[in-house]
Amino acid sequence: MDNTNQRVKTLDKVAVRFSGDSGDGMQLAGNIFTNVSAGLGNSVSTFPDYPAEIRAPQGSLGGVSGFQVSIGIGVHTPGDQCDVLVAMNPAALKQNVKFLKPGGVIITDVDSFKEEGLKKAKFLTDDPIRELGVTAQVVEVPVTTMTRAALEDSGMDNKAILKCRNIFTLGLICWLFDRPVESAVAMIQRKFAKKPAIAEANTKVIRAGYDYGHNIHAGVSTYKIETEPIKPGTYTDLKGNEATAWGLIMASEKAGLPLFLGSYPITPATDILHELAKRKDLGVKACQMEDEIAGVCSAIGASFAGNLAATSTSGPGLALKSEAIGLAVMAELPLVVIDVQRGGPSTGLPTKTEQTDLAQALYGRNGESPLAVVAPVSPTDCFTMAYEASRIAVEHMTPVILLSDAFIGNGSSAWRIPEADEFPPITPRFVPEELRSTWTPYFRDQESLSRYWAIPGTPGLMHRLGGLEKNEKTGAISTDPANHARMVEIRREKVARIANNIPLQEVKCDSPEADTLLIGWGGTYGHLHDAAEELNRQGHKVALAQFRYINPLPRNTGEIFRRYKRLIVAELNTGQFADYLQARFPEQTFLRINKVEGQPFMVHEIVEKVKELLPKDE
Amino acid sequence: MECIATLYKAGDYKNDQPVRWCAGCGDHAVLNSLHKAMADFGVAPEMTAVISGIGCSSRLPYYMNTYGFHTIHGRGAAIATGFKVANPAMSVWQVSGDGDGLAIGGNHFIHAVRRNVDINILLLNNRIYGLTKGQYSPTSARGFVSKSSPYGTTEDPFIPAELVFGARGNFFARAIDVDLPTSREVMLAGARHKGTSVIEILQNCMIFNNGIHSEIADKEHRAERTIHLRHGEKMLFGKDNQKGIVADGFLLKAVELGKDGYTIDDVLVHDARTPSNFLHQQLAMMDGRDLPVAVGVIRDVESPVYDQEVSAQVEQVKARKGFTCLRDMLLAGDTWTVE
Repeated sequence: MDNTNQRVKTLDKVAVRFSGDSGDGMQLAGNIFTNVSAGLGNSVSTFPDYPAEIRAPQGSLGGVSGFQVSIGIGVHTPGDQCDVLVAMNPAALKQNVKFLKPGGVIITDVDSFKEEGLKKAKFLTDDPIRELGVTAQVVEVPVTTMTRAALEDSGMDNKAILKCRNIFTLGLICWLFDRPVESAVAMIQRKFAKKPAIAEANTKVIRAGYDYGHNIHAGVSTYKIETEPIKPGTYTDLKGNEATAWGLIMASEKAGLPLFLGSYPITPATDILHELAKRKDLGVKACQMEDEIAGVCSAIGASFAGNLAATSTSGPGLALKSEAIGLAVMAELPLVVIDVQRGGPSTGLPTKTEQTDLAQALYGRNGESPLAVVAPVSPTDCFTMAYEASRIAVEHMTPVILLSDAFIGNGSSAWRIPEADEFPPITPRFVPEELRSTWTPYFRDQESLSRYWAIPGTPGLMHRLGGLEKNEKTGAISTDPANHARMVEIRREKVARIANNIPLQEVKCDSPEADTLLIGWGGTYGHLHDAAEELNRQGHKVALAQFRYINPLPRNTGEIFRRYKRLIVAELNTGQFADYLQARFPEQTFLRINKVEGQPFMVHEIVEKVKELLPKDE
Repeated sequence: MECIATLYKAGDYKNDQPVRWCAGCGDHAVLNSLHKAMADFGVAPEMTAVISGIGCSSRLPYYMNTYGFHTIHGRGAAIATGFKVANPAMSVWQVSGDGDGLAIGGNHFIHAVRRNVDINILLLNNRIYGLTKGQYSPTSARGFVSKSSPYGTTEDPFIPAELVFGARGNFFARAIDVDLPTSREVMLAGARHKGTSVIEILQNCMIFNNGIHSEIADKEHRAERTIHLRHGEKMLFGKDNQKGIVADGFLLKAVELGKDGYTIDDVLVHDARTPSNFLHQQLAMMDGRDLPVAVGVIRDVESPVYDQEVSAQVEQVKARKGFTCLRDMLLAGDTWTVE
């Protein structure tokens, strides 16, 4: 290590990747670091990268778990690559070195880089850095030894001591990024409030890690990260899936309806079930059913009974729910279906992210079966769009599919806790008092074409719903051809008219000279936004339209498209949104950028691909 | 039969829709019995919901003046479960058949029974698929010839009661479609039972499986080949109650009183409320050959009820945490303030 090469860098954003064995507590260390940073006024974006095998052998390549966090000003993504890579063992180094920027910092637990660990990670020599051929500042830290020393007098056994290594590393990282160690200590105390011995041990260890950093500071870039003024208020840390659960709860409070969730465990959506199961304290009834079909069916039953009802799943589960969602379309019952998309088809890549369920959401049912589709663009937007999905469902008496994804569902962010009055009211379409005497089940509000919701238990409104086609006027079973044609048209038009009840589409990074519109939807917002900014910095006038309302599209969509010479749709599939737009706007040409690797976009790859699509003389 | 005075008449549960089952179908009788049983039970039509899947029997909600939902094939139990949990004040009935309930919906059926959600499942068992015009069902006997088994089936059937007991069910009753008083009696008992009540109706399909139950259902056989079980009463059957069920080791045996030294004292007394389902299962499995088919309430045992437990847990946790809204809960967690 070169002692003369001490530097302090001031950066507007920096990315750190924690990596280790899946049992090493990398997610916890990463989360605490994120929260400490958010508390300092940094914007943050995280990307937990779980191993596919939960119980892969210790130290093996298959068992590596990672957590990348980006902190600073204007952070929209966890970063394509990291400035600092923490590798707790050789396998973690091998798996993650590809994410490190050239010239970045590698911090290793040198105690794990012995013969056995190197062999498990399939290194051939005892110099893994050279073998990997990377140029990086390497900080070899005896993490295991130092952690043991710090806990020498604790009376803890070796296994328990080793579990604190992540927190030692966290202490070191706090020093490296000028984070107040006391904030991290406070979080550790809260996290282990019920286990005082562990809280005390980790407090000792984090201070030891911080002091160690202080003592060896020579030779490593230390970073000062800019903070930005943020809106005053009370903040908390949130994950996308939690936000989705909370958005449903907020909607149930605003609508005055009890919340019911029928669900079945499936990666990466299960945290929504976990969170709502906890929220019995807010009156939520969350039922883990016997399968995906029972999940959606119990929700449909709850909706018929008068609750705000939801079901949560991922792609394969959505496939199983298709027939039941069609029933909700036909019975015109409100229902929120949450699909946290993962890699497909079939079981596919359960822990990885994709946007490949759009076609399934839009079209994946028998018959003419239109419904609303919305997609949050970030972890915090999961809250807003879960709220919006609920609002649309109960105001328009329709199922709504919310297309989240593994990237934003697992990603976290600092979030200002909103007041209830920051959200638009939700008015369930109950049968109006004055219409009761003449009401029939498919009697509609003429403006929205929504039918009215008659809640079981109400005298005088007994009625029968079902999957069979019904007479438009009487609600009785009907096979009349003209009636069926009318009902098909009404169901289509009803969903189309939701456009009158949603916000207009926004365009970001726009300028009068912009002639190219980058188009995205859902969870790719952060990457596309940073790419658009980067393109503008390089002199390419590129604006961004990131869609959250997919069906129906906002009313001004066509008008926006006509303003630009070039339209480029970037999405994590082979072109499902581009095809959808092309069918709706046949006079336009939609160029495409697609990626289907189970991984989020990288900002630089979007920048490069957009440039390839621009005329060469620009 | 018990005389019940209630506010409601059978007609209050009937609507004006033309009933479209085939003439002579057992479902007509079931519908009549249900209207009567609901009046006996005395819960208002607006507090009653009838939920079904797909099949001939599943058309039943359309003929009720209650809340009703004709859903999709096999899923009635799951939809009824969500409905009951969401709105526990309602009296919830699920109508299903042997195909809807035990084939495509078998999983939901056993799980509803296991959870013990407070719904009444009417299982109309005609041992055939009627709506799709005559395929064998999961209750068709081995070797049964149908359009989809022209050379006879090569599989064994389910016995619905056995599934119910396998799923740890707490209420099982049986009746024959044309025996209206017994149907009405077991439906009322099922309605009164808290938890999942499974009521199997042996139902005749005139068109595709006519006479499938006639060996036990026809008037001339019924007294000798069925036994009407009533809680607390001796297990007697036969035209003059001259036969009885006695214990034979761990098994059951039908005997004639006065023959082979058997007297009325040897005849078992039916206890529908004993928690052990051992004897209930044996009674429910009697098939009309050596032992008469049991009708009436075979098992009726109190046990924790799913929807009530969910509601109680919600109230308990709410009271303990004391949050009034989402914001309260969030502010009580890990937060920091920016000024």
